[in-house]
Amino acid sequence: MSGAVRETWSPAPESDRMILKELRETVGACMQCGTCTASCPNWHAMDVTPRAMWRMIQFGMLDRILESRTFWMCSSCYLCTLRCPRGLKLTSAMAALKRLAGVANGPAARRNGSFYAAFMDDVEAHGRVQETSMMQRYFIRRRDPAAPLAFLPLGVRMLSKGKVHLPGRGMGGVLKPLFAKARELEGTP
Amino acid sequence: MRYAYYPGCSLTESAREFDVSTRLVMERLGCELVEIPDWTCCGASAAEPVSRLMNYALPARNLAIAEQDMDGMDVLAPCAACYLNLLKVGREAVGDRHLHGRINEVLAASGLVYRGKARVRHLLDVLKNDVGAKIVEQKVTDSLKGMKIAPYYGCQILRPYPVFDDPGKPVSMEPFIEAMGGEVHRWDMGNRCCGASLMVGHPEVAIRSVAEILNAARGADAIATVCPLCQMNLEAYQAKAARAGGRRVPVLYLTQLMGLAMGLDDKAMRLSDNLTMTPAVRRGIAARAWAEPAPGQGAETVEASG
Ligand code: SF4
Ligand code: SF4
Repeated sequence: MSGAVRETWSPAPESDRMILKELRETVGACMQCGTCTASCPNWHAMDVTPRAMWRMIQFGMLDRILESRTFWMCSSCYLCTLRCPRGLKLTSAMAALKRLAGVANGPAARRNGSFYAAFMDDVEAHGRVQETSMMQRYFIRRRDPAAPLAFLPLGVRMLSKGKVHLPGRGMGGVLKPLFAKARELEGTP
Repeated sequence: MRYAYYPGCSLTESAREFDVSTRLVMERLGCELVEIPDWTCCGASAAEPVSRLMNYALPARNLAIAEQDMDGMDVLAPCAACYLNLLKVGREAVGDRHLHGRINEVLAASGLVYRGKARVRHLLDVLKNDVGAKIVEQKVTDSLKGMKIAPYYGCQILRPYPVFDDPGKPVSMEPFIEAMGGEVHRWDMGNRCCGASLMVGHPEVAIRSVAEILNAARGADAIATVCPLCQMNLEAYQAKAARAGGRRVPVLYLTQLMGLAMGLDDKAMRLSDNLTMTPAVRRGIAARAWAEPAPGQGAETVEASG
């Protein structure tokens, strides 16, 4: 199976290989009962069912996997993980798929993964998330001029409630050395 | 009872009312909350899709500080995502020598060690198991008599680790609602996912869940939450959810309701911070309007909030 994976996914840098290995270990014991699909509150927005996604991972069909929007639609509700009769960590698998697609970094990853990336950039910069600066980072990463507009009404309401403020009250860069070390260990740029 | 308090980022910004009401209510209940010094973000649900290692190292940093400086106190987290992240490190890294070692390699970059000793608790767990509804009942001065409250638990406080309640049919809030004099709105949406951060990138998907939850609250005077993300999703998008067929319902933190029932005023509980808190709803709460059966149904008469 690993041969097939390498064929359909090249080049495979260190970080990808680690994620792939983790994914195959996570869902390897899936018996295709479909409980995960039946549990998912976001199934209606997915193009491949969770059950079918685990099958595709077992078969190493990476091109098909990365084309799918299924894992981006996972809201980390952990219902599939709670109910899987095999006790598989399926929510973690969905997150690993997001990481894999993020490494490939196509337009889909930009549209769907920007929020997570922006959030983490902000954590690295301030130690604690500063909502205004995090959303600014998100809009820049999304590169979609309509995105800020969609949030304008909420932004104004939050501002009027005094709930958002300018960045600068965080912890500074105390987490920077941790992020640097994690990148080194995970082989990510 | 003393706890190492981990507020988490939301409680310092968009969910201040949760932080303020939690501190005041816990103090009244005889619990001392000692904030973890220099705590940093736990990574929420954004860390795992970016870096597996940081998903563990971020919460582990805070636990390491608590272990080192706070003398074995339980760590108390009011936010569901913070709670799960903090809990998850202990559940998944302790006993996994490779992972635990790598987490500590990352933490060594700032001179910390995570030993896996700190016990992590959610606010609701502490209320249920350390405080108890009896004590709350004794402190109630302004009963919420007649107020019908829909308890909303969300996902992550009981999934995937059901530590203090049944994730399929959670009930831990009910004794507290009753202790305050309120009435429990029975529904099966209490553990339904609110869409979490999908609301940012794919609002059409999350709104559908929110609309279903709000609709199922029909007949309730308010929804009670114990998570800032649930609160945000259920509150901030009610106008959009209304367009998708959803209803408007006031949403309050459980701790705000508890504070009100214990005689703390709506300023102290920062009711005006809630996005669903229209003047009409505030007047209703101040006047205990739900106590007399109104013509029409309580929540249905709530005015539109912009
Ligand atoms: S619930 Fe578990 S065993 Fe069943 S299909 Fe899903 S992953 Fe496979
Ligand atoms: S964790 Fe993700 S995939 Fe699993 S049920 Fe929830 S939304 Fe669906």
